[in-house]
Amino acid sequence: MGSITLKQVTKSFDDVNVIKPLDLDIRDGEFIVFVGPSGCGKSTLLRMIAGLEDTTSGTIEIDGKEATSVPPAKRGLAMVFQSYALYPHMSVRNNIAFPLKQAKVAPAVIKEKIEKAATMLNLTDYLDRKPGQLSGGQRQRVAIGRAIVRQPSAFLFDEPLLNLDASLRVNMRLEISQLHKSLDTTMIYVTHDQVEAMTMADRIAVFNGGIIEQVGTPLELYRKPVNRFVAGFIGSPKMNFIDVAPKPGDATHSLGVRPEHFKITTEQGLWQGQVGVVEHLGSETFLHVHVDHIGTLTVKADGDCQAVYGDQINLTAEQAKIMHFDKQGMTIPALSWGGESAA
Amino acid sequence: MATTQSRTLAKIMLFPSVSLLLAWMIVPLCMTLYFSFLDYNLLMPGDNEFIGFLNYEFFLTDPAFVESFFNTLLLVGGVLLITLCGGVGLAILLDEAIWGRNYVRMMVLAPFFVMPTVSALVWKNMFMNPVNGLFAHFAQWLGVTPVDFFAELPLLSIIVIVSWQWLPFAALILLTAIQSLDREQLEAADLDGAGPFSKFFYIVLPHLSRAVTAVILIETIFLLSVFAEILVTTSGGPGYASTNITYLIYTQSLLQFDVGGGSAGGIVAVIIANIVAIFLMRLIGKNLEN
Ligand SMILES: Nc1ncnc2c1ncn2[C@@H]1O[C@H](COP(=O)(O)OP(=O)(O)O)[C@@H](O)[C@H]1O
Ligand SMILES: [Mg+2]
Repeated sequence: MGSITLKQVTKSFDDVNVIKPLDLDIRDGEFIVFVGPSGCGKSTLLRMIAGLEDTTSGTIEIDGKEATSVPPAKRGLAMVFQSYALYPHMSVRNNIAFPLKQAKVAPAVIKEKIEKAATMLNLTDYLDRKPGQLSGGQRQRVAIGRAIVRQPSAFLFDEPLLNLDASLRVNMRLEISQLHKSLDTTMIYVTHDQVEAMTMADRIAVFNGGIIEQVGTPLELYRKPVNRFVAGFIGSPKMNFIDVAPKPGDATHSLGVRPEHFKITTEQGLWQGQVGVVEHLGSETFLHVHVDHIGTLTVKADGDCQAVYGDQINLTAEQAKIMHFDKQGMTIPALSWGGESAA
Repeated sequence: MATTQSRTLAKIMLFPSVSLLLAWMIVPLCMTLYFSFLDYNLLMPGDNEFIGFLNYEFFLTDPAFVESFFNTLLLVGGVLLITLCGGVGLAILLDEAIWGRNYVRMMVLAPFFVMPTVSALVWKNMFMNPVNGLFAHFAQWLGVTPVDFFAELPLLSIIVIVSWQWLPFAALILLTAIQSLDREQLEAADLDGAGPFSKFFYIVLPHLSRAVTAVILIETIFLLSVFAEILVTTSGGPGYASTNITYLIYTQSLLQFDVGGGSAGGIVAVIIANIVAIFLMRLIGKNLEN
C-alpha cells in the first residue's frame, strides 16, 4: 500500500510562501516525478511528505490515514537523498542494517535481508567497505539498499542522480525504473531534468513557483500541455515560441512549434530564415535558424541533413501540431494539437 | 606544489624558519641536559663538578616524585574527562538555534581569555573559600558544614579550576565539528527510526571523533605543565597532595636553588611528556587520518 493524498497543503518559511495551496493524489504503486526548475519547491514538498518539514496548513494522508503531524519514522516512507546521506563511519553492511537495528529486527532476519538487498543491487562484494571507498554509483545503490530493506510503502527520491556523470546517470535511471517494476511500490522522484522525468515517470507533476502547473502522463504533457510553461519545459530541445499579431476573432497570442515538427521545404513555407549553428548528432541534426522579426528557431532535421551555416531555408510545420497560446499563455485547446479529437 | 622546481623552492623558503625553530628548541634542551649532570647549586658557588646521574637518582627516588607523577596523570585525565563530556554537551546545546546564540557563544568562550592566575584566585577567594566562598554560603544555607576545598580535596579543586578554563576550548572545537555534520545524515537517521540517543551515539559521536582526538592531544600538552593554578591556590600541598611534576621541579630547583636537580627533573618531565604523547598517538592518532 502506498497512496498519498495532499489536500490544500502549503508551506511558508517565515514570510516566504514556498508552496501555494496544492492538491495532489499519488496512486498506490505509481512512479510519479516532480519536475520543475530549481527553487520551485519540489524538495520542500518531498520533505513535507517525508515529515522532515512541518506543513504550514493543509493535510497529508498516507494510505487514507491522516499523517500531517506523524513523525518521519512512523510514516513508513523511505527517502534517498541527493547527497546519499550514508553514515560515513559505518560499513555498507551496517548502513543498510541501521534502520532494521533501530526497529529491533532479529539479527538473523537482518542478515537475510541485507544479503537479499545486496544481491539485488550488486553490492555483495562491497558489504564490508566504508562509503568513502565506493564510487558514486555504488553509494547511490547503498542508499537505495538502506531504503529497500525497510519495505516502505513509498520511496522518495530527491534528485538522486545529480552527482553522477552522464553515462552512469543513464544506467542508474534504468536501474531505478527496473527496481520500480520489480518492487511495484509507489515512488516519488524529484528532478529538474525533464529527460529523467519523461523516461521514468508513470505520471509527471510539473512544478513552477510553488504550484503544480499540470499533472499527467509523459505523453499527455508532451501533446497537450495546458500552458506555455509546461509546453516549454517538457520536450528537448525546447519548444519554439512565435509571437503573432492578434487577429479579430482569434485569441491566439503566440504559437508553439516543437523542433521535431518543423519541415524543411524547397518551396515557400510558413517561415524563411538563415541557418546559424548546425549541430550534428549522427542520428539527427539540430539547426538554429534565424528568422527575421521572430528570432532564432531550433529545428530538428534528419541525421543526413546537408544544410550548412549561412544557407537560406524554408520552414513549415504540420498545422495540426502547432500549439496556440492566448494572452495569458494558456493553451487554446480547440486550435492546438489534439484539439480536434477533444472538440 | 607539484613540480620539482616548486618543491625545491618551498624547501629553500622554509629553511630559515625551520632552522630557527630547531635552534629555539635544541639549544635550551641541550643546556638543560648538560646542567642535569652537574652539581650546580646557586647557593654554593664552586666548580659545578660533573656528577653523572646523581641528580636523576635524587629526583627519581624522592618519594614526592611518585606521588606527583600520579597527581599529574590524575590532573590531566580528570580535566580531559570533564572538558570532553562537558564540551560535547555544551556544543550540542550551542548548536541548537536558541535566541541570542552568538552572544551566548561569546560568553561561553570567556573563561579561556582569563589568565590562569586570575581565575585560580577568583575560584580560591570567591567560590572555594571555606568562610566567604559561595560554596560555603550555599553549604550553610543547606545546613551542612562547609568544605575546606584546598585542605580536604586539593587535587580535585585544582582539577575543577583547570577544567573551568579549558571547557570553552573543548566546547568551541567540538561545536565547529558538530556544525560540519551533514544535516541530511541526521534526517536520514530520523527516517530510519533512530531516537535522540541512537542519533547521538551512532552519528554525532563518531563524527566528533577527530575533533575529540584533537582536543585530547592539544589539552594534554598544556595540562602536563599546569603550574600557576597550583602556585596560587595550594602551593602543592597539603604535603605533596596537589603537586604535579611541573610544580615538583619548581620546588626542587627554584626553591632550593638547585639548578642541576631542577634540570634533571626537567629532562624527566620531557621524557614523561614524550611517553604520554607516543601512547596517545598510538591510541587515538589514527582518528586524525582520513
Ligand atoms: N529551510 C529553509 N528556509 C528558508 N527558505 C527555504 C528553506 N528551504 C527551502 N527554502 C526556499 O524554498 C524554495 C524552494 O526550495 P526547494 O524546495 O529546495 O526547491 P527545489 O528543490 O525545487 O529546487 C527556495 O526558494 C528556497 O530558497
Ligand atoms: Mg531540490
